[in-house]
Amino acid sequence: MTSSGLLAQVLLAAPSDPIKAPSVDLTAVMPVLIVLGAACVAVVLEAVLPRGQRYAAQLTLAVVAIIGAGAWTVTAGLNHRYAVTFSGAIAVDGGTYVMWGVLLALALASVLLMADRVSEPGGAFAAQASVRVGSPRDRAQTEVAVAMQTEVFPLTLFAIGGMLVFPASSDLLTLFVALEVLSLPLYLLCGLARRRRLISQEAAVKYFLLGAFTSAILLYGITLIYGYAGSIKFAEIAHKATAGGSSDVLLVVGIGLLVVGLLFKGSVGPFHLWTPDVYQGAPTPVTAFMAACTKVAAFAAMLRVFQVAIGPMAWSWRPVLWVVAIASMLIGAIIGITQTDMKRILAYSSVAHAGFIILGVMALTQRGASGVMFYLLTYGFATIGSFAIFTVVRKGGGEASNLPDWAGLARRSPVLAAVMSLFLLSFAGIPLTSGFIGKLSVFTAAVDAGMAPLVVVAMVATAITAFFYLRIVVLMYFSAPRSGLDAAGQQSGEPFVVVPGALTGIVIGVSAAVTLVLGIAPAWFLDVMQVPWPLLS
Amino acid sequence: MNGFPYLLILIALPLIGAGVVAGMGGAPARTVKLTALGFSMVELVIAAALWVDYRGLLSQPAVNTSPVTKGIQGLTTQFPVTVPFGETFSVSWIPSFGVHFSLGVDGISLVMIALIAFLVPIVLGASWEEKLPAGRTIGGYFALILVMQSAMTGVFAATDVFVFYVMFEVMLIPMYFLIGAFGGLRGTYAATKFFLYSLIGGLLMLASIIGLYVASGRVPSRVAAGLGGTLDWVTLRGIAHEIPTSTQLWIFAGFAIAFAIKAPLVPFHTWLPDAGSEAPVGAGTLLVGVLDKVGTFGFLRICLPLLPAASTKLAWLIITLAVVGIIYGAIVAALQSDLKRFVTYTSVAHFGFIALGVFAFTTQAVSGAVLYMVNHGLATALLFLVVGMLTARGGSRNIADYGGVWKVAPLIGGFFLIGALATIAMPGTNSFVSEFLVLIGTFSRYPAWAIVASTGIILAAVYMLWIFQRTMTGPVRGAAVVAPAPNDAPVGGSSVADGGAVATQAEPKLRVRFGDLSKREIAVLTPLVVLVIFLGLYPKPVLDVINPTATVTVNYAGYHDPLPSARTLGLLDTAATTGTAATTNGGGR
Repeated sequence: MTSSGLLAQVLLAAPSDPIKAPSVDLTAVMPVLIVLGAACVAVVLEAVLPRGQRYAAQLTLAVVAIIGAGAWTVTAGLNHRYAVTFSGAIAVDGGTYVMWGVLLALALASVLLMADRVSEPGGAFAAQASVRVGSPRDRAQTEVAVAMQTEVFPLTLFAIGGMLVFPASSDLLTLFVALEVLSLPLYLLCGLARRRRLISQEAAVKYFLLGAFTSAILLYGITLIYGYAGSIKFAEIAHKATAGGSSDVLLVVGIGLLVVGLLFKGSVGPFHLWTPDVYQGAPTPVTAFMAACTKVAAFAAMLRVFQVAIGPMAWSWRPVLWVVAIASMLIGAIIGITQTDMKRILAYSSVAHAGFIILGVMALTQRGASGVMFYLLTYGFATIGSFAIFTVVRKGGGEASNLPDWAGLARRSPVLAAVMSLFLLSFAGIPLTSGFIGKLSVFTAAVDAGMAPLVVVAMVATAITAFFYLRIVVLMYFSAPRSGLDAAGQQSGEPFVVVPGALTGIVIGVSAAVTLVLGIAPAWFLDVMQVPWPLLS
Repeated sequence: MNGFPYLLILIALPLIGAGVVAGMGGAPARTVKLTALGFSMVELVIAAALWVDYRGLLSQPAVNTSPVTKGIQGLTTQFPVTVPFGETFSVSWIPSFGVHFSLGVDGISLVMIALIAFLVPIVLGASWEEKLPAGRTIGGYFALILVMQSAMTGVFAATDVFVFYVMFEVMLIPMYFLIGAFGGLRGTYAATKFFLYSLIGGLLMLASIIGLYVASGRVPSRVAAGLGGTLDWVTLRGIAHEIPTSTQLWIFAGFAIAFAIKAPLVPFHTWLPDAGSEAPVGAGTLLVGVLDKVGTFGFLRICLPLLPAASTKLAWLIITLAVVGIIYGAIVAALQSDLKRFVTYTSVAHFGFIALGVFAFTTQAVSGAVLYMVNHGLATALLFLVVGMLTARGGSRNIADYGGVWKVAPLIGGFFLIGALATIAMPGTNSFVSEFLVLIGTFSRYPAWAIVASTGIILAAVYMLWIFQRTMTGPVRGAAVVAPAPNDAPVGGSSVADGGAVATQAEPKLRVRFGDLSKREIAVLTPLVVLVIFLGLYPKPVLDVINPTATVTVNYAGYHDPLPSARTLGLLDTAATTGTAATTNGGGR
C-alpha cells in the first residue's frame, strides 16, 4: 500500500521522465473480457461445484458468455465503436468486429458439439485424462461411459479469449501473448479424447512440440523486427520500413520468421505437417474447433500484420507467399487424394483451403480482407458440420473414420448423407453453396490484385480436391454398404449411425442452413462483413 | 418485357415438380409418374406460349422498352425489342458483385428452351418402365430429370454471366446422380469422369468469369463513369470492344476449354462415350440431346459477343478442332462395338459441324449451327431412344449381338431407319437443312475447311448404313435377339418386353427373345419422327426465330457476310439492316 503510494509520488514528482498511463478503453474490448472472465469463473465453478452439477453449469456459462460477447460485438460493430486502446496494443476497428463475429459464431457451434454427450455416451472427452491408458481404471471408465470431465469448457473459453485478442493485437508482444493463450489450451484439449487415447495423446505432444518450436521462431522474428524498428508496434514498424535507413536484412529475416509462425497456426503448407496427425488424433469436436476457429484467428491476425505492420515491405514477402500459396494448394490437393481416413482427408483439404484463403490475404485490399472473412465463415461452418457428422457415424466403440466404412451411408441415413454431400459440394465450390461465394470473393480479389496465375492454380487445385470429395459422395451413394456381417459378431465389424444428440443435431442443422443461405442469398452477409480498409493500428 | 414471367415459371415449375415428385414417397408408382409427366406437359404448354409471345415481339416495331437494355447507349436503340433479349426478367441478387438474377431469350435460346420442353415429356415417357437398380425409386429418377430440366432451361435463359455459370454447374449435380445411381455397371466411373471433366472446365470458366468481371471494371468508359465490374451480358456486350485483346485471349481460353469439354470437341470428348453409354436411356438422351449443346451455345452467347477480338483471333483453332472432330468422330463411330457408344461418337462428329458453323462467322453458318443444335437434339433423341429400347430388350449393348432385328421387330427397324437417315442428313429430314446451311455458310468464308468437312457426310453414311445393315437386315441372328438353346429356358429370356416372344415364320426353331414396340413406345417416338420430317420439309418457323439473332451474333464478332448482299456499313448499321435480309435468306431457300 505504502510502496505503491510512494511509487505514485515518485512518478508524479518526476515530470522530466513522464510515463503516460495507457488509455484503457475497457468497453471496446468487452467481448474479450466477457469470454476471459467467464473462463475464470468456469475454473472456480470447476473447483466448488459438486461433480453432478458441473456439466450444466459449465455449458450454460460457456454458451451465455459466447452469446453475450457476440451480442456485444454485433451491437458495437453496428454502432462503429472503434478504438485503439491499451496504448496501441489492441486495435478494435470494423475489421476486428467482423473477425470477432465470425470467430464467436463458429466457437458457439464448436462448444455445442463438444458438449454433446449422446452421440458418444458420456461425451467425446475422457472421464479422467490423468488415468493411465489401458489401466483397469481406464477400462472401467470406458465401459460404463462415465461422464466426461468438464474442464474442457474453461479450457475452450481461454482458447477463444486468446483467439479474440489475436486478430485485434496491434503490437508484436500482444500478438505473441495471444498466440500462447490460444495455443496452450488447444494442446491440452487435443489429448483428452475418450477413445483411442494414445493417438490422442500423441497428437497433443506432437502439436505441443511443433507449436512450441514455432512460438520460439515467431519470438525470434519479433526480436529481429524489434532490433530493426526499435519498436514492437505495428504502426511504427511500418513507419520505419517506409522510411528505411537500417539494415533491411534484419527486417526481412524477422518478417520471414514471424510469417512462418503465423502460417503454422493457419496450417498453410508447407508448414502444415502437424495438421493431419493432430486432426486425426484429437477428439473430433476439438478438431472441428481447431479447423474452424484457429484458422479464423490465424488468418485474421495475418490480415492485420500484413497490412499494418509489413505492408510497406510487400515486395519482400509477396513473392515468397506466391510459392507458399501454390505449395499449400497443391500439397493439400494431391496428398489429400491418397488419404483413406476421413479426418485426414479433411485435414489435407484444410491445407488446400488455407492456400486459397492466403490469396485473399496477399491481395492487401478491402475486397481481399472481406473475402477472407467471408470464406472463413463459410468454410468454418461446413467444416464444423462435417466433423459433427463424423461423430455420429460409428463403428464398434469409436467413430468410423475409415473411408470404406462410409460405403452406402445414403441407404442407412439418407438425410445425413445428403447433408454431408452438401458440405462436400460447398468445399468443392459448387454454386448455390456457401463455398462457391467464398471462393468467388477471394479469387475476385486475387485477380483484381494481379494474381491471375495463382487463381488458375487454385482452380486446378480445386478440381483435384473435388476428386476426393466426390469419392466420398460416390461411396455414400453408389457403393453397397460394407457387409462386415460375420455370422457371429455384428457389433464390431458393422458401421452404424447413431441418432445425433440434440446438440449435435442443432450443430449439423445450423451448419447446413448456413451453407445453403450463404450460397443462395449471400448479399446481406457480404455487405455486413465488409472489412473497412485500411485496418487501424 | 414486363409481361408474363414465362422464363421464371419455366425454371421454377420443374423444380416444384421435382419437389412434389420426390415428396410423394409412398404413393403408387403410376401416380408419381403421371404427376411428373403432368408437370412436364404444363411446362411444354408454357414454352409454346413463350414461343408465340416471342414471335409477337419479333414483329413489333423497333422500339426499345426493355428495362434491361434501356439506356445502354448505341447498342439497342435501333433494334427491335427482342434484340438482344425479349421476355426479360431481372432482380438484384448479389449487389457487391453487381450480379442480377437476369433472364431473357433471344432466337437462339428460345429454340433451345423449346427443345428442352419438348424432349422432357418424351424422355419421361420413354423411361416409364425403366428397370431401376435395387434401392432406387422411379420418383427419384423423374425428380432428378425435372431438376435437370430446370437447370438446363436456366442456362439458356441466363442473361447474366454469373447466372449462366451457376446454372452451368448446378446442371452437373442431377446428371451426376442420374448416371451414377441409375446408370449401368460402370455408371459410377462414368459419372465421376463426367463430373470431373465438367468441373475442371467449369472452374477454368470461373477463372475467366472473374477475369471478365475484373477486366470490365477497368475499361475506360466504366472507369470514367465510376462504375465497378459487372457480369450483366448487355453491359458487357456494350464494352466488349474496350477490353484489350491480350486480356480477351486469356479469358477466351478459359471459356473455350469449358465449352470444348461440354460440347465436346475432340481432345476433350472422352467423357461423353462413357457418360452417354452408362447413363439410363432417358438421362442419356437429355445429356447428348440438350446438355452438350450448352457448350456450343456458350460459344454463341459468350465468346462471340463478349470476346469478339479473341474469337476472331482464335477461330482457326476452334475450326481445326471442329473439323478434326467431324472426321475423327465419324471414323471412331464406325469402329464401335457398343451401340450406345456408337451413338455418342456420331454426336462428337455432329458437334464438330455445329462448332464449325459457329466459328465460320456467316449468318447462314450460324443460323445453320443453331438449327443444327435443335435438329441434332431431335435426331439423336430419336436414335438414342430407339437404341435404348432395343438394348433394353436384348439385354446387351454389343452390336455383334444383334442381327435381322427388322424381321423380328419391324417398328424398331423403321424408327431406327428414320433416326439413322436424319443423322446422316438425308434430304427430307431436318438435319439436311442445317448441315447444308452450315457447309454453305462455311464455304463462303473458308472453302477449304468446308470441303474437308463435307467428307464427314460421306463417312456418316458409311458408319450409319453399315450399322443399320449389321443390326437390322439379314437373317435373324445374334445372342441378344435369339435365345441360346430352344429347349433350354421355359421363358424367352428374363428381359421380355411388353410384346412378348414372337417366333418367326422362316425358321420356326428360332426362339426370338423380344417383341416389337409397345403402344407407349410408339407414342413416345412418333412426335420426334413428325418433327424430324416436318422440319426437314419446312424449317421456316424455326429459322425465322433464329435468323435475327444469328445475324446480330455474327456482327457482334465484327464480321459481315461475305456474300454479294453483304453490307459494308459499320457494325451496328449492318446488324439493323441484315436482320430482315437474313430472314428472307432463310425462308426463301
